[in-house]
Amino acid sequence: MTQQFEPGCGYELNPAVALRPEPFGALAYHFGNRRLSFLKAPELVELVRGLGSHRCVSDALTAVPEGRRDACLRALASLAAADMIVPQTVRSEEA
Amino acid sequence: MQQGTRADASPADAPRVSDDLDAGQEPEIAEELLVEEVSIDGMCGVY
Amino acid sequence: MTIASEQKTPSERVPALVEQFKGGLAAPICLTWEWTYACNLSCTHCLSSSGRRDPGELTTAEMRSVIDELRAMQVFYVNVGGGEPTVRPDFWELLDYAVAGGVGVKFSTNGLRLDAERAQRLAATDYVDVQVSLDGASREINDAVRGDGSYSMALRAMENLAEAGLANFKISVVMTRHNVPQLDDFAAIADRFGAQLRITRLRPSGRGADVWHELHPTDQQQREIYSWLTDHGDRVLTGDSFFHLNALGGSPLPGLNLCGAGRVVCLIDPVGDVYACPFAIHDAFKAGTVRAPGGFAQVWRSAPLFAELRTETSGGACRSCSEYSACQGGCMAAKFFTGLPLDGPDPECVKGHGASALAAVHGGLPRVGTDHSRGRREVPLGMPSVRVPAKLCDLSPLAGTA
Repeated sequence: MTQQFEPGCGYELNPAVALRPEPFGALAYHFGNRRLSFLKAPELVELVRGLGSHRCVSDALTAVPEGRRDACLRALASLAAADMIVPQTVRSEEA
Repeated sequence: MQQGTRADASPADAPRVSDDLDAGQEPEIAEELLVEEVSIDGMCGVY
Repeated sequence: MTIASEQKTPSERVPALVEQFKGGLAAPICLTWEWTYACNLSCTHCLSSSGRRDPGELTTAEMRSVIDELRAMQVFYVNVGGGEPTVRPDFWELLDYAVAGGVGVKFSTNGLRLDAERAQRLAATDYVDVQVSLDGASREINDAVRGDGSYSMALRAMENLAEAGLANFKISVVMTRHNVPQLDDFAAIADRFGAQLRITRLRPSGRGADVWHELHPTDQQQREIYSWLTDHGDRVLTGDSFFHLNALGGSPLPGLNLCGAGRVVCLIDPVGDVYACPFAIHDAFKAGTVRAPGGFAQVWRSAPLFAELRTETSGGACRSCSEYSACQGGCMAAKFFTGLPLDGPDPECVKGHGASALAAVHGGLPRVGTDHSRGRREVPLGMPSVRVPAKLCDLSPLAGTA
Protein backbone atom coordinates (compact mmCIF):
# COMPACT_ATOMS: atom_id res chain seq x y z
CA MET A 1 0.00 0.00 0.00
CA THR A 2 1.75 3.14 -1.16
CA GLN A 3 1.08 6.33 0.72
CA GLN A 4 1.47 9.89 -0.40
CA PHE A 5 5.11 10.77 -0.89
CA GLU A 6 6.21 13.17 1.86
CA PRO A 7 9.56 14.91 1.37
CA GLY A 8 9.44 15.93 5.00
CA CYS A 9 9.71 12.31 5.99
CA GLY A 10 12.65 9.98 5.92
CA TYR A 11 12.89 7.39 3.16
CA GLU A 12 15.28 4.64 2.25
CA LEU A 13 15.91 2.17 -0.52
CA ASN A 14 13.55 -0.77 -0.09
CA PRO A 15 15.63 -3.75 1.14
CA ALA A 16 13.87 -5.83 -1.52
CA VAL A 17 15.44 -3.69 -4.25
CA ALA A 18 18.79 -4.37 -5.88
CA LEU A 19 20.51 -1.29 -7.29
CA ARG A 20 23.10 -1.81 -10.00
CA PRO A 21 25.26 0.87 -11.64
CA GLU A 22 25.02 1.35 -15.38
CA PRO A 23 26.87 3.82 -17.60
CA PHE A 24 24.02 6.30 -17.47
CA GLY A 25 22.85 5.79 -13.94
CA ALA A 26 21.52 2.58 -12.43
CA LEU A 27 19.05 -0.24 -12.78
CA ALA A 28 16.81 -0.99 -9.83
CA TYR A 29 15.10 -4.37 -9.63
CA HIS A 30 12.38 -5.01 -7.07
CA PHE A 31 12.46 -8.68 -6.05
CA GLY A 32 8.98 -8.55 -4.60
CA ASN A 33 6.95 -7.19 -7.48
CA ARG A 34 9.48 -7.86 -10.28
CA ARG A 35 9.46 -4.25 -11.41
CA LEU A 36 12.51 -2.82 -13.09
CA SER A 37 13.34 0.86 -13.01
CA PHE A 38 16.03 2.81 -14.71
CA LEU A 39 17.54 5.72 -12.81
CA LYS A 40 18.83 8.04 -15.47
CA ALA A 41 21.16 10.35 -13.58
CA PRO A 42 24.18 9.55 -11.42
CA GLU A 43 23.17 12.21 -8.91
CA LEU A 44 19.79 10.53 -8.53
CA VAL A 45 21.53 7.24 -7.87
CA GLU A 46 23.72 8.82 -5.19
CA LEU A 47 20.67 10.49 -3.72
CA VAL A 48 18.78 7.21 -3.50
CA ARG A 49 21.74 5.38 -2.00
CA GLY A 50 22.17 8.01 0.70
CA LEU A 51 18.48 8.55 1.46
CA GLY A 52 18.46 6.33 4.51
CA SER A 53 21.16 8.32 6.25
CA HIS A 54 19.19 11.58 6.17
CA ARG A 55 16.44 12.56 8.54
CA CYS A 56 14.18 13.43 5.65
CA VAL A 57 14.18 13.69 1.88
CA SER A 58 14.39 17.45 1.92
CA ASP A 59 17.63 17.23 3.87
CA ALA A 60 19.03 14.75 1.40
CA LEU A 61 18.14 17.06 -1.47
CA THR A 62 20.38 19.86 -0.21
CA ALA A 63 23.31 17.95 -1.66
CA VAL A 64 21.77 18.22 -5.12
CA PRO A 65 22.41 21.34 -7.24
CA GLU A 66 19.40 23.61 -6.91
CA GLY A 67 18.51 23.43 -10.60
CA ARG A 68 18.17 19.67 -10.37
CA ARG A 69 16.19 19.38 -7.18
CA ASP A 70 12.76 19.51 -8.79
CA ALA A 71 13.60 16.74 -11.23
CA CYS A 72 15.06 14.62 -8.43
CA LEU A 73 12.04 15.22 -6.25
CA ARG A 74 9.70 14.08 -8.99
CA ALA A 75 11.90 11.06 -9.59
CA LEU A 76 11.80 10.16 -5.91
CA ALA A 77 8.04 10.47 -5.90
CA SER A 78 7.73 8.00 -8.75
CA LEU A 79 10.18 5.64 -7.05
CA ALA A 80 8.05 5.80 -3.92
CA ALA A 81 4.95 5.06 -5.95
CA ALA A 82 6.71 1.98 -7.34
CA ASP A 83 7.70 0.85 -3.81
CA MET A 84 11.36 1.21 -4.72
CA ILE A 85 11.93 3.59 -1.83
CA VAL A 86 9.97 3.29 1.38
CA PRO A 87 9.50 5.25 4.58
CA GLN A 88 12.37 4.66 6.95
CA THR A 89 11.71 1.90 9.42
CA VAL A 90 10.90 3.34 12.79
CA ARG A 91 13.40 1.84 15.15
CA SER A 92 11.34 1.71 18.27
CA GLU A 93 13.18 1.81 21.57
CA GLU A 94 10.26 0.41 23.45
CA ALA A 95 9.81 -3.28 24.07
CA MET B 1 20.51 -7.95 0.78
CA GLN B 2 18.88 -9.26 3.89
CA GLN B 3 15.20 -9.78 3.64
CA GLY B 4 12.92 -9.63 0.70
CA THR B 5 9.24 -9.12 0.44
CA ARG B 6 6.88 -11.75 -0.79
CA ALA B 7 5.31 -11.02 -4.13
CA ASP B 8 1.92 -9.73 -3.10
CA ALA B 9 0.83 -6.88 -5.35
CA SER B 10 0.26 -7.93 -8.91
CA PRO B 11 2.28 -5.98 -11.43
CA ALA B 12 -0.88 -4.39 -12.73
CA ASP B 13 -1.85 -2.94 -9.37
CA ALA B 14 0.60 -0.15 -8.80
CA PRO B 15 0.37 2.86 -11.06
CA ARG B 16 2.78 3.30 -13.88
CA VAL B 17 5.39 5.99 -13.52
CA SER B 18 3.75 9.27 -14.33
CA ASP B 19 4.62 12.88 -14.25
CA ASP B 20 3.14 14.22 -11.06
CA LEU B 21 3.38 17.89 -11.88
CA ASP B 22 0.58 19.98 -10.48
CA ALA B 23 -1.98 21.20 -12.95
CA GLY B 24 -0.94 24.78 -12.43
CA GLN B 25 2.70 24.27 -13.28
CA GLU B 26 3.88 25.10 -16.73
CA PRO B 27 7.49 24.14 -17.33
CA GLU B 28 9.19 26.14 -20.00
CA ILE B 29 11.44 23.20 -20.82
CA ALA B 30 9.70 19.83 -20.87
CA GLU B 31 12.03 18.11 -18.48
CA GLU B 32 12.28 14.41 -18.75
CA LEU B 33 11.51 12.23 -15.79
CA LEU B 34 14.73 10.85 -14.37
CA VAL B 35 13.18 7.48 -13.66
CA GLU B 36 11.91 5.13 -16.33
CA GLU B 37 10.07 1.98 -15.55
CA VAL B 38 10.06 -1.06 -17.74
CA SER B 39 7.95 -4.16 -17.50
CA ILE B 40 10.32 -6.97 -16.63
CA ASP B 41 7.95 -9.30 -18.40
CA GLY B 42 8.64 -7.46 -21.59
CA MET B 43 11.55 -9.58 -22.60
CA CYS B 44 11.71 -13.03 -24.05
CA GLY B 45 13.31 -15.50 -21.67
CA VAL B 46 12.44 -13.51 -18.60
CA TYR B 47 10.52 -15.40 -15.95
CA MET C 1 33.51 -2.93 -15.71
CA THR C 2 32.03 0.48 -15.17
CA ILE C 3 32.46 3.03 -17.85
CA ALA C 4 33.23 6.45 -16.44
CA SER C 5 30.15 8.53 -16.99
CA GLU C 6 30.62 12.17 -17.70
CA GLN C 7 28.59 14.73 -15.91
CA LYS C 8 25.51 15.24 -18.07
CA THR C 9 24.01 18.64 -18.43
CA PRO C 10 20.24 18.85 -18.03
CA SER C 11 19.79 19.35 -21.74
CA GLU C 12 21.49 16.11 -22.69
CA ARG C 13 19.00 13.34 -23.07
CA VAL C 14 19.71 9.94 -21.63
CA PRO C 15 18.51 7.33 -24.10
CA ALA C 16 15.43 5.40 -23.09
CA LEU C 17 15.96 2.08 -21.38
CA VAL C 18 14.88 0.10 -24.41
CA GLU C 19 17.61 1.80 -26.40
CA GLN C 20 20.11 0.88 -23.71
CA PHE C 21 18.90 -2.68 -24.02
CA LYS C 22 19.39 -2.74 -27.76
CA GLY C 23 23.01 -1.78 -27.37
CA GLY C 24 23.52 -4.39 -24.72
CA LEU C 25 23.97 -3.90 -20.99
CA ALA C 26 27.22 -4.25 -19.08
CA ALA C 27 25.75 -7.33 -17.41
CA PRO C 28 22.61 -9.36 -18.06
CA ILE C 29 19.52 -8.41 -16.10
CA CYS C 30 18.87 -12.10 -15.72
CA LEU C 31 19.85 -15.15 -17.67
CA THR C 32 18.69 -18.68 -18.27
CA TRP C 33 20.92 -21.36 -16.89
CA GLU C 34 20.24 -25.00 -17.63
CA TRP C 35 21.76 -26.92 -14.76
CA THR C 36 21.63 -30.41 -16.27
CA TYR C 37 20.58 -32.23 -19.41
CA ALA C 38 19.30 -35.10 -17.29
CA CYS C 39 15.56 -35.38 -17.03
CA ASN C 40 13.01 -37.84 -15.73
CA LEU C 41 10.67 -36.90 -18.59
CA SER C 42 10.99 -36.89 -22.36
CA CYS C 43 8.63 -34.16 -23.47
CA THR C 44 8.12 -34.28 -27.21
CA HIS C 45 8.89 -30.58 -27.68
CA CYS C 46 11.83 -30.20 -25.29
CA LEU C 47 13.77 -27.11 -26.30
CA SER C 48 17.01 -28.46 -24.88
CA SER C 49 16.60 -32.03 -26.17
CA SER C 50 17.13 -33.26 -22.65
CA GLY C 51 17.03 -36.73 -21.13
CA ARG C 52 20.56 -37.97 -20.47
CA ARG C 53 23.12 -36.23 -18.31
CA ASP C 54 26.13 -34.99 -20.23
CA PRO C 55 29.42 -36.40 -18.88
CA GLY C 56 30.95 -32.93 -19.11
CA GLU C 57 28.46 -31.07 -16.95
CA LEU C 58 29.76 -28.38 -14.65
CA THR C 59 30.89 -29.69 -11.28
CA THR C 60 29.56 -28.28 -8.05
CA ALA C 61 32.71 -26.20 -7.67
CA GLU C 62 32.41 -24.87 -11.21
CA MET C 63 28.77 -24.01 -10.63
CA ARG C 64 29.66 -22.06 -7.49
CA SER C 65 32.33 -20.26 -9.44
CA VAL C 66 29.80 -19.14 -12.04
CA ILE C 67 27.45 -18.02 -9.28
CA ASP C 68 30.31 -15.98 -7.84
CA GLU C 69 30.76 -14.30 -11.20
CA LEU C 70 27.08 -13.53 -11.54
CA ARG C 71 27.09 -12.02 -8.10
CA ALA C 72 30.06 -9.85 -8.96
CA MET C 73 28.34 -8.69 -12.13
CA GLN C 74 25.20 -8.07 -10.12
CA VAL C 75 23.00 -10.18 -12.31
CA PHE C 76 19.67 -9.85 -10.56
CA TYR C 77 18.50 -13.41 -10.89
CA VAL C 78 18.88 -16.62 -12.84
CA ASN C 79 16.19 -18.67 -14.51
CA VAL C 80 17.27 -22.21 -13.74
CA GLY C 81 16.07 -25.09 -15.86
CA GLY C 82 17.43 -28.10 -17.67
CA GLY C 83 16.40 -30.99 -18.19
CA GLU C 84 14.99 -31.25 -14.71
CA PRO C 85 17.29 -29.19 -12.48
CA THR C 86 16.23 -30.86 -9.24
CA VAL C 87 17.74 -34.09 -10.53
CA ARG C 88 21.14 -32.68 -9.64
CA PRO C 89 22.05 -33.89 -6.14
CA ASP C 90 23.61 -30.49 -5.42
CA PHE C 91 20.55 -28.55 -6.58
CA TRP C 92 19.47 -27.41 -3.10
CA GLU C 93 23.01 -26.53 -2.04
CA LEU C 94 23.52 -24.43 -5.17
CA LEU C 95 20.16 -22.74 -4.80
CA ASP C 96 21.01 -21.71 -1.26
CA TYR C 97 24.46 -20.57 -2.33
CA ALA C 98 23.03 -18.35 -5.04
CA VAL C 99 20.36 -16.65 -2.94
CA ALA C 100 22.74 -16.20 -0.03
CA GLY C 101 24.95 -14.26 -2.39
CA GLY C 102 22.13 -12.04 -3.57
CA VAL C 103 21.47 -13.76 -6.88
CA GLY C 104 17.78 -14.60 -7.09
CA VAL C 105 16.79 -18.02 -8.36
CA LYS C 106 13.69 -18.75 -10.36
CA PHE C 107 13.63 -22.38 -11.32
CA SER C 108 11.53 -24.33 -13.72
CA THR C 109 10.51 -27.88 -12.75
CA ASN C 110 8.21 -30.72 -13.72
CA GLY C 111 7.52 -31.20 -10.04
CA LEU C 112 9.74 -34.22 -9.50
CA ARG C 113 11.26 -33.35 -6.14
CA LEU C 114 8.69 -30.94 -4.78
CA ASP C 115 7.39 -32.91 -1.86
CA ALA C 116 5.75 -31.20 1.10
CA GLU C 117 8.99 -30.75 3.01
CA ARG C 118 10.88 -29.18 0.15
CA ALA C 119 7.92 -26.97 -0.64
CA GLN C 120 7.98 -25.67 2.90
CA ARG C 121 11.68 -25.10 2.71
CA LEU C 122 11.26 -23.12 -0.49
CA ALA C 123 8.43 -21.07 0.97
CA ALA C 124 10.79 -20.01 3.73
CA THR C 125 13.54 -18.95 1.36
CA ASP C 126 13.65 -15.43 -0.02
CA TYR C 127 14.66 -14.62 -3.58
CA VAL C 128 13.36 -17.93 -4.83
CA ASP C 129 10.55 -18.39 -7.30
CA VAL C 130 9.22 -21.68 -8.59
CA GLN C 131 7.74 -22.38 -12.00
CA VAL C 132 5.93 -25.67 -12.61
CA SER C 133 5.60 -26.79 -16.21
CA LEU C 134 2.23 -27.88 -17.50
CA ASP C 135 1.15 -28.25 -21.11
CA GLY C 136 -2.40 -29.39 -20.71
CA ALA C 137 -5.22 -28.43 -18.36
CA SER C 138 -6.29 -32.04 -18.48
CA ARG C 139 -4.31 -35.22 -18.02
CA GLU C 140 -5.05 -36.31 -21.57
CA ILE C 141 -3.77 -33.18 -23.27
CA ASN C 142 -0.81 -32.74 -20.96
CA ASP C 143 0.48 -36.29 -20.91
CA ALA C 144 0.31 -36.56 -24.71
CA VAL C 145 3.25 -34.15 -24.78
CA ARG C 146 4.93 -34.66 -21.42
CA GLY C 147 4.39 -38.36 -20.80
CA ASP C 148 2.32 -40.63 -18.58
CA GLY C 149 2.12 -39.48 -15.01
CA SER C 150 3.47 -36.00 -15.65
CA TYR C 151 0.13 -34.28 -15.09
CA SER C 152 -0.31 -35.93 -11.71
CA MET C 153 3.23 -35.12 -10.71
CA ALA C 154 2.83 -31.47 -11.63
CA LEU C 155 -0.44 -31.06 -9.79
CA ARG C 156 0.91 -32.77 -6.72
CA ALA C 157 3.80 -30.32 -6.71
CA MET C 158 1.38 -27.43 -7.05
CA GLU C 159 -0.66 -28.70 -4.13
CA ASN C 160 2.47 -28.91 -2.02
CA LEU C 161 3.58 -25.41 -2.96
CA ALA C 162 0.15 -23.95 -2.26
CA GLU C 163 -0.09 -25.83 1.02
CA ALA C 164 3.33 -24.55 2.05
CA GLY C 165 2.22 -20.98 1.41
CA LEU C 166 4.61 -20.28 -1.43
CA ALA C 167 2.55 -17.45 -2.83
CA ASN C 168 2.34 -16.69 -6.49
CA PHE C 169 4.46 -19.50 -7.85
CA LYS C 170 4.28 -19.77 -11.61
CA ILE C 171 2.61 -22.31 -13.85
CA SER C 172 4.26 -22.26 -17.24
CA VAL C 173 2.46 -23.47 -20.33
CA VAL C 174 3.79 -23.89 -23.85
CA MET C 175 0.94 -23.03 -26.17
CA THR C 176 0.17 -25.78 -28.68
CA ARG C 177 -2.53 -26.62 -31.16
CA HIS C 178 -4.12 -28.88 -28.56
CA ASN C 179 -4.15 -26.65 -25.51
CA VAL C 180 -5.17 -23.28 -26.95
CA PRO C 181 -8.81 -24.18 -26.24
CA GLN C 182 -7.83 -24.68 -22.60
CA LEU C 183 -6.69 -21.16 -21.80
CA ASP C 184 -9.55 -20.51 -19.41
CA ASP C 185 -8.94 -23.86 -17.75
CA PHE C 186 -5.28 -23.01 -17.21
CA ALA C 187 -6.29 -19.74 -15.60
CA ALA C 188 -8.61 -21.66 -13.32
CA ILE C 189 -5.83 -24.03 -12.27
CA ALA C 190 -3.63 -21.06 -11.45
CA ASP C 191 -6.41 -19.49 -9.39
CA ARG C 192 -7.01 -22.75 -7.60
CA PHE C 193 -3.45 -22.87 -6.31
CA GLY C 194 -2.87 -19.15 -5.82
CA ALA C 195 -0.38 -19.28 -8.65
CA GLN C 196 0.30 -17.05 -11.62
CA LEU C 197 -0.11 -18.31 -15.14
CA ARG C 198 2.66 -17.92 -17.66
CA ILE C 199 2.15 -18.86 -21.30
CA THR C 200 4.98 -19.14 -23.79
CA ARG C 201 5.47 -19.74 -27.44
CA LEU C 202 6.36 -23.13 -28.88
CA ARG C 203 9.55 -22.79 -30.82
CA PRO C 204 11.04 -25.26 -33.30
CA SER C 205 14.04 -25.70 -31.00
CA GLY C 206 15.52 -28.92 -29.70
CA ARG C 207 12.99 -31.71 -30.07
CA GLY C 208 10.51 -28.97 -30.83
CA ALA C 209 11.84 -29.09 -34.38
CA ASP C 210 10.39 -32.59 -34.77
CA VAL C 211 6.88 -31.65 -33.78
CA TRP C 212 6.62 -27.97 -34.60
CA HIS C 213 4.58 -28.30 -37.76
CA GLU C 214 1.96 -30.46 -36.05
CA LEU C 215 1.94 -28.71 -32.70
CA HIS C 216 2.29 -25.00 -33.30
CA PRO C 217 -0.95 -23.03 -33.08
CA THR C 218 -2.79 -22.32 -36.31
CA ASP C 219 -3.23 -18.78 -37.52
CA GLN C 220 -6.73 -18.75 -36.14
CA GLN C 221 -5.46 -19.95 -32.80
CA GLN C 222 -2.81 -17.23 -32.76
CA ARG C 223 -5.64 -14.74 -33.05
CA GLU C 224 -7.43 -16.50 -30.19
CA ILE C 225 -4.33 -16.29 -28.01
CA TYR C 226 -3.98 -12.62 -28.81
CA SER C 227 -7.61 -11.97 -28.09
CA TRP C 228 -7.49 -13.91 -24.84
CA LEU C 229 -4.39 -12.09 -23.66
CA THR C 230 -6.02 -8.78 -24.46
CA ASP C 231 -9.06 -9.73 -22.40
CA HIS C 232 -7.49 -11.64 -19.54
CA GLY C 233 -3.82 -11.04 -19.76
CA ASP C 234 -3.23 -8.45 -17.08
CA ARG C 235 -2.34 -11.18 -14.63
CA VAL C 236 -0.76 -13.55 -17.11
CA LEU C 237 2.95 -13.53 -17.85
CA THR C 238 4.15 -14.16 -21.35
CA GLY C 239 7.88 -13.70 -21.24
CA ASP C 240 7.10 -11.47 -24.20
CA SER C 241 6.73 -14.62 -26.27
CA PHE C 242 3.85 -13.22 -28.21
CA PHE C 243 4.94 -9.79 -29.24
CA HIS C 244 4.90 -10.97 -32.86
CA LEU C 245 1.13 -11.03 -32.45
CA ASN C 246 1.05 -7.29 -31.93
CA ALA C 247 1.16 -7.02 -35.68
CA LEU C 248 -2.45 -8.15 -35.64
CA GLY C 249 -3.28 -4.63 -34.61
CA GLY C 250 -5.54 -3.58 -31.81
CA SER C 251 -4.20 -2.86 -28.37
CA PRO C 252 -0.58 -3.92 -28.09
CA LEU C 253 0.23 -6.53 -25.50
CA PRO C 254 2.19 -5.09 -22.60
CA GLY C 255 5.87 -5.62 -22.88
CA LEU C 256 9.03 -4.48 -24.53
CA ASN C 257 8.64 -6.14 -27.92
CA LEU C 258 12.29 -6.85 -27.84
CA CYS C 259 14.45 -9.90 -28.25
CA GLY C 260 16.94 -9.62 -25.45
CA ALA C 261 19.25 -12.38 -26.66
CA GLY C 262 22.86 -11.42 -26.18
CA ARG C 263 21.87 -7.96 -25.04
CA VAL C 264 19.96 -8.32 -21.83
CA VAL C 265 19.75 -12.08 -21.38
CA CYS C 266 21.52 -15.21 -22.58
CA LEU C 267 21.88 -18.91 -21.81
CA ILE C 268 24.49 -20.91 -19.94
CA ASP C 269 24.09 -24.62 -20.66
CA PRO C 270 24.95 -27.57 -18.39
CA VAL C 271 28.47 -27.95 -19.78
CA GLY C 272 29.18 -24.25 -19.46
CA ASP C 273 28.61 -23.21 -23.04
CA VAL C 274 27.12 -19.77 -23.49
CA TYR C 275 24.45 -19.22 -26.11
CA ALA C 276 22.38 -16.21 -27.13
CA CYS C 277 19.19 -17.76 -25.78
CA PRO C 278 17.76 -21.09 -24.57
CA PHE C 279 15.90 -21.58 -27.85
CA ALA C 280 19.09 -21.33 -29.83
CA ILE C 281 21.32 -24.14 -28.63
CA HIS C 282 23.34 -24.42 -31.80
CA ASP C 283 26.85 -23.48 -32.89
CA ALA C 284 25.46 -20.58 -34.89
CA PHE C 285 24.39 -18.94 -31.63
CA LYS C 286 27.22 -20.06 -29.39
CA ALA C 287 29.11 -17.17 -27.87
CA GLY C 288 31.75 -19.03 -25.88
CA THR C 289 32.25 -21.05 -22.73
CA VAL C 290 32.51 -20.20 -19.05
CA ARG C 291 35.44 -22.59 -18.81
CA ALA C 292 37.64 -20.31 -20.91
CA PRO C 293 39.90 -17.72 -19.24
CA GLY C 294 37.83 -14.79 -18.10
CA GLY C 295 34.83 -16.97 -17.47
CA PHE C 296 31.30 -15.87 -18.14
CA ALA C 297 32.06 -12.18 -17.76
CA GLN C 298 34.56 -12.31 -20.58
CA VAL C 299 32.05 -14.00 -22.86
CA TRP C 300 29.29 -11.54 -22.04
CA ARG C 301 31.47 -8.52 -22.66
CA SER C 302 33.58 -9.61 -25.60
CA ALA C 303 32.01 -12.42 -27.58
CA PRO C 304 31.85 -11.49 -31.28
CA LEU C 305 28.39 -13.04 -31.55
CA PHE C 306 27.09 -10.79 -28.81
CA ALA C 307 28.77 -7.74 -30.33
CA GLU C 308 26.95 -8.54 -33.53
CA LEU C 309 23.60 -8.89 -31.77
CA ARG C 310 24.22 -5.54 -30.06
CA THR C 311 24.69 -3.80 -33.37
CA GLU C 312 21.65 -2.17 -34.80
CA THR C 313 20.35 -4.22 -37.70
CA SER C 314 18.59 -2.93 -40.74
CA GLY C 315 15.59 -5.18 -40.25
CA GLY C 316 16.18 -6.78 -43.61
CA ALA C 317 13.21 -7.85 -45.63
CA CYS C 318 10.82 -6.97 -42.84
CA ARG C 319 11.78 -3.33 -42.72
CA SER C 320 9.26 -2.25 -45.28
CA CYS C 321 6.35 -3.99 -43.56
CA SER C 322 3.89 -1.66 -41.87
CA GLU C 323 3.99 -3.80 -38.73
CA TYR C 324 7.74 -3.96 -38.29
CA SER C 325 7.77 -1.65 -35.30
CA ALA C 326 5.29 -3.93 -33.55
CA CYS C 327 7.00 -7.24 -34.17
CA GLN C 328 10.63 -6.33 -34.87
CA GLY C 329 10.87 -9.25 -37.25
CA GLY C 330 9.97 -11.88 -34.67
CA CYS C 331 12.13 -14.59 -33.16
CA MET C 332 15.50 -15.47 -34.61
CA ALA C 333 15.45 -18.99 -33.16
CA ALA C 334 12.07 -19.70 -34.75
CA LYS C 335 13.43 -18.53 -38.08
CA PHE C 336 16.69 -20.40 -37.84
CA PHE C 337 15.26 -23.80 -37.03
CA THR C 338 12.59 -23.65 -39.71
CA GLY C 339 15.24 -22.86 -42.28
CA LEU C 340 14.25 -19.25 -42.75
CA PRO C 341 16.79 -16.44 -43.19
CA LEU C 342 17.33 -14.34 -40.09
CA ASP C 343 16.73 -11.12 -41.95
CA GLY C 344 13.34 -12.27 -43.16
CA PRO C 345 9.94 -12.95 -41.63
CA ASP C 346 9.17 -15.09 -38.62
CA PRO C 347 7.59 -18.47 -39.53
CA GLU C 348 4.47 -17.41 -37.64
CA CYS C 349 4.30 -13.93 -39.10
CA VAL C 350 0.70 -12.87 -38.75
CA LYS C 351 0.80 -11.13 -42.09
CA GLY C 352 1.51 -14.43 -43.75
CA HIS C 353 4.97 -13.55 -44.95
CA GLY C 354 6.44 -16.43 -42.98
CA ALA C 355 4.14 -18.99 -44.50
CA SER C 356 5.17 -18.00 -48.00
CA ALA C 357 8.80 -18.17 -47.02
CA LEU C 358 8.37 -21.59 -45.40
CA ALA C 359 6.87 -23.03 -48.55
CA ALA C 360 10.05 -22.09 -50.33
CA VAL C 361 12.37 -23.85 -47.90
CA HIS C 362 14.12 -26.82 -49.40
CA GLY C 363 16.88 -29.12 -48.28
CA GLY C 364 18.14 -29.91 -44.80
CA LEU C 365 17.26 -27.89 -41.75
CA PRO C 366 19.82 -26.98 -39.10
CA ARG C 367 20.47 -30.05 -37.00
CA VAL C 368 20.17 -29.89 -33.26
CA GLY C 369 23.62 -29.07 -31.93
CA THR C 370 23.58 -31.17 -28.79
CA ASP C 371 21.09 -33.95 -28.33
CA HIS C 372 20.68 -35.56 -24.94
CA SER C 373 17.41 -37.28 -25.72
CA ARG C 374 16.79 -40.71 -24.30
CA GLY C 375 15.62 -43.28 -26.80
CA ARG C 376 14.71 -42.57 -30.38
CA ARG C 377 13.63 -39.23 -31.66
CA GLU C 378 10.89 -38.99 -34.20
CA VAL C 379 13.26 -37.72 -36.85
CA PRO C 380 16.71 -39.33 -37.09
CA LEU C 381 19.53 -36.86 -36.77
CA GLY C 382 21.55 -36.00 -39.79
CA MET C 383 18.84 -36.84 -42.26
CA PRO C 384 17.92 -33.98 -44.46
CA SER C 385 14.23 -33.38 -44.22
CA VAL C 386 12.07 -31.31 -46.41
CA ARG C 387 9.48 -29.84 -44.14
CA VAL C 388 6.25 -29.47 -46.00
CA PRO C 389 3.18 -28.62 -43.93
CA ALA C 390 0.53 -31.33 -44.01
CA LYS C 391 -2.05 -28.87 -45.20
CA LEU C 392 -1.03 -25.58 -46.70
CA CYS C 393 -4.35 -24.12 -45.70
CA ASP C 394 -3.27 -24.52 -42.07
CA LEU C 395 -0.79 -21.79 -42.74
CA SER C 396 -2.93 -19.62 -44.91
CA PRO C 397 -2.77 -16.10 -43.62
CA LEU C 398 -5.90 -15.12 -45.40
CA ALA C 399 -8.34 -17.61 -43.97
CA GLY C 400 -11.00 -15.80 -42.08
CA THR C 401 -9.36 -12.40 -42.19
CA ALA C 402 -11.34 -9.31 -42.96
